[in-house]
Amino acid sequence: MVTTSDRQTAAEAVTAHERILTYAQALNEALREEMRRDPTVFVMGEDVAAWGGGGVFAVTRGLAEEFGTERVRDTPISEEAIVAVAVGAAASGSRPVAELMYVDFVGLAMEPLVNQAAKLRYMFGGKVSVPMVLRTQQGAGRGNAAQHSQSLEAWFCHVPGLKVVTPSTPADAKGLLVSAIRDDNPVVFLEHKLLYGTKGHVPAGAYTIPLGVADVKRPGRHITVVGVHMMVLKALQAADQLAEEGIELEVIDPRTLVPLDEATIVESVKKTGRLIVTHEAATRGGYGAEIVARVVELAFDYLDAPPVRVCAKDVPIPYSAVLEEAALPQVTDLVTAARALMHDEV
Amino acid sequence: MEGTGRTALAPGDRELPAERLLDAYRQMLTIRRFEERALDLYRAGEMRGSTHPYIGMEAVAVGVCLALEPDDYITSTHRGHGHTIAKGGDVRRMMAELLGRATGYSGGKGGSMHIADLDRKMLGANGIVGGGMGLATGAALTAKLQRTGAVAVCFFGDGALNQGILHEVSNLAAIWSLPVVFVCENNQYAMSAAAAWTIAGGDPAKRAAGYGIPGLTVDGMDVEAVERAARDLVDRARRGDGPSYLIATTYRFVGHHAGDPLNYRPKEEAEEWRARDPIRRLAERLLARGLATAAELAAIDSEVLAQIDDAVAFAKASPPPSVAQLLTDIYA
Repeated sequence: MVTTSDRQTAAEAVTAHERILTYAQALNEALREEMRRDPTVFVMGEDVAAWGGGGVFAVTRGLAEEFGTERVRDTPISEEAIVAVAVGAAASGSRPVAELMYVDFVGLAMEPLVNQAAKLRYMFGGKVSVPMVLRTQQGAGRGNAAQHSQSLEAWFCHVPGLKVVTPSTPADAKGLLVSAIRDDNPVVFLEHKLLYGTKGHVPAGAYTIPLGVADVKRPGRHITVVGVHMMVLKALQAADQLAEEGIELEVIDPRTLVPLDEATIVESVKKTGRLIVTHEAATRGGYGAEIVARVVELAFDYLDAPPVRVCAKDVPIPYSAVLEEAALPQVTDLVTAARALMHDEV
Repeated sequence: MEGTGRTALAPGDRELPAERLLDAYRQMLTIRRFEERALDLYRAGEMRGSTHPYIGMEAVAVGVCLALEPDDYITSTHRGHGHTIAKGGDVRRMMAELLGRATGYSGGKGGSMHIADLDRKMLGANGIVGGGMGLATGAALTAKLQRTGAVAVCFFGDGALNQGILHEVSNLAAIWSLPVVFVCENNQYAMSAAAAWTIAGGDPAKRAAGYGIPGLTVDGMDVEAVERAARDLVDRARRGDGPSYLIATTYRFVGHHAGDPLNYRPKEEAEEWRARDPIRRLAERLLARGLATAAELAAIDSEVLAQIDDAVAFAKASPPPSVAQLLTDIYA
C-alpha cells in the first residue's frame, strides 16, 4: 500500500533530481540513456559525430565520444540512403535513430519513409517490425528562408504506418524521444529549431511519455487552443495577455499527432465550446484542419462558434524578417482570433 | 537443403556436389512451374493486380542463393517469386498470397509483389524499383554492427541501375565496408526500355569501379557460373572486405507482366535466349556428367508439378482474410 507520505517522498525525490536543461540537452540525454540501455540503438546522419562534437544543433554532442563512431555514424549527404538504410537496419534487428538535418530535405527521402518504413509491416502481414526513429527539425523564425523553414508534419500524418511526434518542452522532448526509440514502429520525431535553446525542468534518469497522450499546458474555460511546437509557447503568451481581459485559453499540446489524443481535445471543447488550432505549417491541408474535422464530427453540438485556424499563410517561407513574421502566426493573431471568438461574451 | 551450404564444399573445391546441383535443378523447376501456374491463374481471372514472372531467369536467384547461408539476408523486387523460392520459401503460402487468401505469407494483404519470409531472412519483394537497395544495405549494417557474420544480397533489375538510391547505397556501403552484394539481373528490358539504350557507358559492371569495389559480369543462364561468381563476392563480403556488384546477364522469356504487348523486342531475340534455357542447360549437364539419369530428372519434374498442384489446391481451399484483419498490422 502506498501511503501519502510515500507519495510525498517520491515527489520530492523527483523534484530533487529535476534539473534545468535545454530542449537540445534533454534530447541528448534521451539518446545517451537509450544507447547505454540498449546496444542495438545507434545514430546516423549528416554531421552527427564530427561537427562540433556532435550535430549542428548539438543534439548528438558527445555521443561519438562515449559510444564511438560505430554507433554514432556520420554519413555522406545522402538523405535517401540515410532513411532507406535505417529501414533495413530496423527490419533486421537494430534500433536506428536516423537524423535529417532539416525536415525540408525529406523530399529526397520520402520513398523509403512512405513506401518502405510505413508499409513493410502491413504488406508483410505483420511479420516484420520497423523500430526506427527519424529525427529531424523544422520550423521558421530564423531567416532560413523557403528551403530550411518549413513545417511538414501534415505530410507524415497522412501516411498510415508512421507515428508523428512534436514535443514543445524539454521534459516532453526527453520522455517522448525515449518512447519513440523503444517503440516498435517507424516514428517521425519532429523537433523545432527555435526550441533547441529553450529551457525547462527535466527529470533525471529514464522516464517515458506515452505516444498518444496530450498535455494541457494551461487550463482555461473559454477557448481551447491546440498548438504545435512554437505555437504552444505563443499560445501560452496569448493566454497571459488575454487573462487580463478575462478571456481564459485552455492550451493543449497534443505532443504526438499520430496517434492523436482526440479525447483530451474533444473533452476540452465540450467545456469551452470554442476551438483555435495553430501551427507554423501552411493553413491549407495542415494538420489543424484534421483536428477541426474531428472536433466537428465528435463535438459539433458543443461548439458555440466555428473553429478557427491560426496558421501560416499559404506561401513559401520568405527570408526578410518583415515578410517572415507576416507569414507566420503570431501572438497577436491568436489574441485577435480569441477576441473575435468571444465578441458576444465575457 | 538449408544448413548443407558451404560446408558441403571441400576447401578450394569449385564444383558443387551432385546433390546440390540436383537441388538447384529442383528449385529452378519449381520456380518455372510456379510462374507458369501463376500466369494461368492470372489469365483465368483468379488473381488480382499484376504478376511478374521470373521465367527464364531462374539460374540467377538459385545460383546466388546456393552461395548463401540460412542467416544471410536477401531483398527482392517486384519480380520476387523466384527469390522467395530460392531462399527456401513455401510455395503453398506463396500461392495462397497470390490468390489473396488468409493462409498466404501476408494473410492476403500484400499479394504477388509483397511476399516476405523473415524466418528465411527474405526481406520481401518490393513494388518500388530499387526499393530493396536500402533494405539490403541496412541489413548489412546490422550484420556489421552486431557482428553476426551475415551477408546481405540485394537483387534488382537493370531498370533499377538508374535509380538514384543505387548510387547512394553503393557509396555508403563502400565507405563503410558493408557486407552486401548488389546483384543486378540484367534481363535486357525495363518494361519496354532496352538496357542497351538506358545504361550509359554500356557496361553496368564498370560502374562498380567508380566506388572502388569489384564488379563482375556473369552468364545468368548458367546456374553454376552464377554460384561461383556469387560465392566469390559473398565470401569477400563475409570476410569484411565490403560490397560488390554482380551483373547477371539474363532474359525474361515472357512479358514484364501478364498484360505485356511484347511489341518492343524481336521474336527472334527471345528465341535465341530460349535456346539457352537455364533449366534445360543444367539438365543436359547433369545427364552428361552422369549425375542423374533421365528417369531421375523426370521424377523430379513430376514431384515439382505435384507440389505446385498441391500449392494451388491449398490456396484455393483457403478462406479469404476476414474483414476484421483490415486494420491490423498497421502498427506493431
